[in-house]
Amino acid sequence: MYDYNNFDEGFVRNRVGQFRAQVARRISGALTEDEFKPLRLMNGVYLQLHAYMLRVAIPYGSLNPNQLRQLAMISERWDKGYGHWTTRQNIQYNWPRLADIPDMLDALADVGMHAIQTSGNTIRNVTADHFAGAAADEVEDPRPTAELLRQWSTDHPEFQFLPRKFKLAVTGSKADRAVTKAHDIGIRIVKNDAGEVGYQIIVGGGLGRTPVVGQVLKDFLPRADLLPYVEAIVSVYNSLGRRDNKYKARIKITTMENGIDKINELVETRFAQLRPLFSGVDQEHFNDIAANFKAPEFKSAPLDTYHTARDTDPIFRSWVDTNIAEHRAEGYGIVTISMKAHGATPGDASADQMRVIADLAEHYAHGDIRISHEQNVILPHVHRADLPAIFATLRAHGLATANAGLISDIIACPGMDYCALATARSIPVAQEIAERFDELKIEHDIGHLQIKISGCINACGHHHLGHIGILGLDRAGVENYQITLGGDAGPDTVIGKRAGPGFAYDQIVPAIERLVLAYLDLRDDDSETFIDAFRRLGEAPFKAALYPEEAKTNAA
Amino acid sequence: MPRPFTPKVVTANDLVEGDVIYLARNGAWVRDMCMAWLIEDEAEAATQLALAEIQPEIAVGAYLADAKAGPNGPVPTHFREAFRSKGPSNRFHGKQIAHAQPEAAAHV
Repeated sequence: MYDYNNFDEGFVRNRVGQFRAQVARRISGALTEDEFKPLRLMNGVYLQLHAYMLRVAIPYGSLNPNQLRQLAMISERWDKGYGHWTTRQNIQYNWPRLADIPDMLDALADVGMHAIQTSGNTIRNVTADHFAGAAADEVEDPRPTAELLRQWSTDHPEFQFLPRKFKLAVTGSKADRAVTKAHDIGIRIVKNDAGEVGYQIIVGGGLGRTPVVGQVLKDFLPRADLLPYVEAIVSVYNSLGRRDNKYKARIKITTMENGIDKINELVETRFAQLRPLFSGVDQEHFNDIAANFKAPEFKSAPLDTYHTARDTDPIFRSWVDTNIAEHRAEGYGIVTISMKAHGATPGDASADQMRVIADLAEHYAHGDIRISHEQNVILPHVHRADLPAIFATLRAHGLATANAGLISDIIACPGMDYCALATARSIPVAQEIAERFDELKIEHDIGHLQIKISGCINACGHHHLGHIGILGLDRAGVENYQITLGGDAGPDTVIGKRAGPGFAYDQIVPAIERLVLAYLDLRDDDSETFIDAFRRLGEAPFKAALYPEEAKTNAA
Repeated sequence: MPRPFTPKVVTANDLVEGDVIYLARNGAWVRDMCMAWLIEDEAEAATQLALAEIQPEIAVGAYLADAKAGPNGPVPTHFREAFRSKGPSNRFHGKQIAHAQPEAAAHV
């Protein structure tokens, strides 16, 4: 993975020093809150319901064991002993004191981490496929591209005051585990007919109150053109994006209002101006970066222990079948460590759990750890012979839940339990759904099913992309939950459609249960997933399950 | 006909701790909503909010929150303010620890 050089280290330390002085001036009264707020946001510091929140960037979701141990230490020393993985591959601390945050940032800098641009109207943490460099279906590892973009965008002087926040995601796989079509710019690494590696560029995607699937702006962009082309897009957005209304300020609205052809024309014009300014140093630098991401030396070892454990231990077999993905190297697997134990808060990790995972990564997984946008932790390079030992350790620490991709592997934003913007809770709904289906013991029978929950219209929980999406709202002072159906976060991204009237807090879990039981009755066989059945049958039978009284009336 | 004024408390977040604070009748900022001043007069509420807003060295983001009289002082009328006054519902954190009986706190 990428290691900070002296320039990076100095840059981050200098920034922490600046912020330390700004915090001191705020506490002394020399800065007003209006003056201080944009400064704290530039350093990832929010003020939430119960405390400040510090959002720390985990670029493209990559961590090494020392970094993860440091995140654990920070959670214990300055927070309440846990952190929360977010849907943009960040970690959030929910309980810091303002005066402690500069020390937290210094502790992050000790391990090459920071919180710069995790908030504000600027280019946010660059995200990527959490299976990067390991997936069997990958064209190329997206992390060097993501790192180049991170370095280019960090403190980029032109892009510190964009009309709104701006999000980039990179994938090197056709499977697209980075949700590129729901980002301001999605970048897919592809090969052209000549076998050259380049980029497909997608613009104008996003969720929130106006969910939009991004459009292809460029089918094949040569690698050498990446930075000037992306700079051209952001530059056009910076000048054209609306600043009169924050709800219409994202590039998805700019693209819809101007049309993709107009955006394309403006980007090409700007690109022609910018291209000559890029001398090629960026490509030399890309090669240096890529060298940091070279694959580990994969071992060749007998798989006897793996096969024996798989044949004799059904609990281990269930975990392997559910949580291990195909690796590109023979004998290896990609481990998803579920942070969704039934009844637990989705995405929360205790300091002890972080240390357990750091140790496992060090001993068995080439020191490589990823945080997924699905709020799980990934060990991308594990020899299958080591899986029994890893499983035993995970199980001893409550981390061996075999539910990756299943109904209890729910994405849920912090919701009103923590977030100042939320209009309803999302965490308890996720907890209750997970517990309900665990009690019913049908989770594995149901198979692949993505439930995503947001506690407000801003859609941090990606509810529009859930096969079943749940949106929490405030209806006349009461929590109310709308269901969307048919969303999909895959390569052919689909925005789910609202099923009908919302449900009260105590009715949402029974409604989900009716919906899923109806699917079990409706499916052709157990190989037909929920989303496949929904696409085959349409929404009518699912809506009938959600609203049985209405269906009865219509039938009468 | 003007809408009747619903009682309010002045609330904000503490500058250094970040936790929820309320304005008491004596002008002090308190942590527990039950110790807050339940203001039943609209003009008084506006005055107290204005005074709160010029204390940026203590209180951040002051606003008026709906509340009603309870047996031990003001209580929230909206679920958002209930979470602010107590803490999150998924973890035993926040003000609920301070409010808990000693035996409950021992389970944290």
